[in-house]
Amino acid sequence: MSRAAPVQVRGEVLSLRRVGAYHAMTILAPGIAEHTRPGHFVALAVGGPDSGLLLRRAFSIYKTSDRGVYGGTVEIVFAVVGQGTAWLARRDVHDPIDVVGPLGHPFSLPKHPVNAVLVGGGYGTAPLLSLAEALRARGARVDFVLGAASEDRLFGALEAKRISASVAITTEDGSVGERGLVSDVLPGMLARSDCDVVYACGPMGMLAAVTEQANAHGALAQCAVEESMACGVGVCMTCVLPVIGEDGITRMVRSCVDGPVFRGDRVRWADVGTVPPDCLGAPAAGGQP
Amino acid sequence: MDLATTLGPLRLPAPVLTASGCAAAGRELAQFFDIAELGAVVTKSIMMAPRAGRATPRMAETPSGMLNSIGLQGPGVEEFLGHDLPWLAERGVRTVVSIAGGSVEEFALLTRRLRGAPGMVALEVNISCPNVADRGLVFACRAGSAAEVIAAVRREAPRDLPVLAKLSPDVTDIVEIAQAVVEAGANGLSMINTLLGMVIDVDRAAPVLAGVTGGLSGPAIRPVAVRCIWQVHAAMPHVPILGMGGVRSGRDALELVLAGASAVAVGTATFGDPSAPLRVQDELRHELAVRGFASLADAVGLAHRRGARVSGAVGAHVAVERDESGRDGAPDTRDEAR
Ligand SMILES: Cc1cc2nc3c(=O)[nH]c(=O)nc-3n(C[C@H](O)[C@H](O)[C@H](O)COP(=O)(O)OP(=O)(O)OC[C@H]3O[C@@H](n4cnc5c(N)ncnc54)[C@H](O)[C@@H]3O)c2cc1C
Ligand SMILES: Cc1cc2nc3c(=O)[nH]c(=O)nc-3n(C[C@H](O)[C@H](O)[C@H](O)COP(=O)(O)O)c2cc1C
Ligand code: FES
Repeated sequence: MSRAAPVQVRGEVLSLRRVGAYHAMTILAPGIAEHTRPGHFVALAVGGPDSGLLLRRAFSIYKTSDRGVYGGTVEIVFAVVGQGTAWLARRDVHDPIDVVGPLGHPFSLPKHPVNAVLVGGGYGTAPLLSLAEALRARGARVDFVLGAASEDRLFGALEAKRISASVAITTEDGSVGERGLVSDVLPGMLARSDCDVVYACGPMGMLAAVTEQANAHGALAQCAVEESMACGVGVCMTCVLPVIGEDGITRMVRSCVDGPVFRGDRVRWADVGTVPPDCLGAPAAGGQP
Repeated sequence: MDLATTLGPLRLPAPVLTASGCAAAGRELAQFFDIAELGAVVTKSIMMAPRAGRATPRMAETPSGMLNSIGLQGPGVEEFLGHDLPWLAERGVRTVVSIAGGSVEEFALLTRRLRGAPGMVALEVNISCPNVADRGLVFACRAGSAAEVIAAVRREAPRDLPVLAKLSPDVTDIVEIAQAVVEAGANGLSMINTLLGMVIDVDRAAPVLAGVTGGLSGPAIRPVAVRCIWQVHAAMPHVPILGMGGVRSGRDALELVLAGASAVAVGTATFGDPSAPLRVQDELRHELAVRGFASLADAVGLAHRRGARVSGAVGAHVAVERDESGRDGAPDTRDEAR
């Protein structure tokens, strides 16, 4: 169930709207919704067929519908950060868009009812809302901790309230909720909800802190990472990070196929961006050319 | 349309391949199209031991291209033989195995270990990797070290196994290197590998790549590939060339063919479009057909037998010269079809 074969489809923009500082885009993309699980992502071609922008852009799947009037749809939420996302934000309804998905290794769902805390940073909340629905369908208790730099970058708070026992909110500028970071309020939430498992999506620093706090509480953490990607399908080896395998050996693994969701306690957060010396195949002293 | 082609002793039913390092070992792309329809899959360069590669960031997008500094991450030859090659062989995929080494001995050991491997139709020797014994200077940069590697591989390889030498464009005279590796026993040439480049993040005032420099690929380098293939084909018209560098469409592939490539590999374009290799092959068939070619072979190196275009004219205004073999390329209909 975790690895549905991805498909490449010529999709069509069905809607594009502003959500605070972000954009939400619904794409008609038959064949993708049916196999999507919470935590999967799509990779979009940007700039058009002759564009100088060659590489795919990865986006978490926020929502899907496999029953629309037109066929399956996929919805994403994105921030404009560079040329590719700026191009996406300029799309019109009915514009074609090339979509590959569903990609990656999604969140694992527990077999038994558990108490789950879902931690979202910025647009990182997007994949957690469908996850919350799936968890609730399995009888889990769901609480949210949502954080962002400011109110306009806080995503999905209303929706989260509707489908959870409680929502704690932090912003760095204090424009809504408590001033600070999610890690300031997470320990309290873990205790209050008697949490068994933490699901998180957001910046790397947040994921590292969430993992540490979940470990301290005795809960398992599942984290969706965001590493720079060129292909999204596993052929380029750009998206790697050091992860400890079941055999105890650290390898540089591809976050697009073995992730984006990893067990937090398996990721060597402090070593992300490096090749740890004890990693399989690490260079001998002196460095690898 | 007859798309069959040869790279020396290597016969391929179709002319488009994957470029090494841009298709892993085929499995991922097989989700999107039938990889057995390609001329062959060229696998990511493999080394003797598992290799973790370089730190991240490993990639930077550049105008019509990208820089990569993967650092030859790979599982090592044993895992490759146990896991990757059998998977390809079971599916009837023609596989060109790319090898890389830090020393001449490593290339020789790899070749010996790969003898008789199932499904392997040729070896591609990635000599664009640093020679540990020569302060990390890449083998491909000097005729001597390039030839030494190819000679060692040729010695260890079965007689009938085609050996392709993959050349770097970052050299003063690519023809000199090409001649040296052919004399050392290469049956054909793969060209071009990436060009060394660098990007600085001006806001952080620091290099973008953790490895500082990286290999430039994509459409940005296509003119360099065309030039390299042209120069080598002009000097050694009988030596087969597997062309690569910035091919994104059938038209791009045809450009490399006209410069002298007998087959074409698709690399970076695969990252933007996982169906690119097969799409390029289909488009190439179409590009040849609309120009009136009966076969791919008729187009190989054809631009050498034509003069430069005079005042924008086509057809009759283009000089058609006979080459020394007496062929004159193509029927006249081709010009009318343009
Ligand atoms: C699994 C995953 C899920 C993601 N989900 C979302 C989401 O839901 N919403 C959202 O706004 N963004 C998301 N991102 C980040 C998004 O992919 C980047 O912001 C986007 O690629 C930037 O493209 P650009 O052309 O605007 O920026 P540029 O900086 O110009 O991009 C240049 C290149 O770098 C790559 N790149 C740059 N930043 C990132 C990044 N942070 N992650 C991955 N690749 C990057 C791009 O793919 C492109 O190849 C996700 C990334 C990953 C890996
Ligand atoms: C991410 C990446 C990894 C590569 N890895 C290898 C490799 O392992 N061995 C090799 O011979 N060439 C490697 N190459 C070079 C390509 O095979 C090809 O020669 C080059 O990228 C030019 O073709 P392109 O513009 O179509 O990508 C790599 C290129 C890229 C972009
Ligand atoms: S993004 Fe290409 S291998 Fe992961």
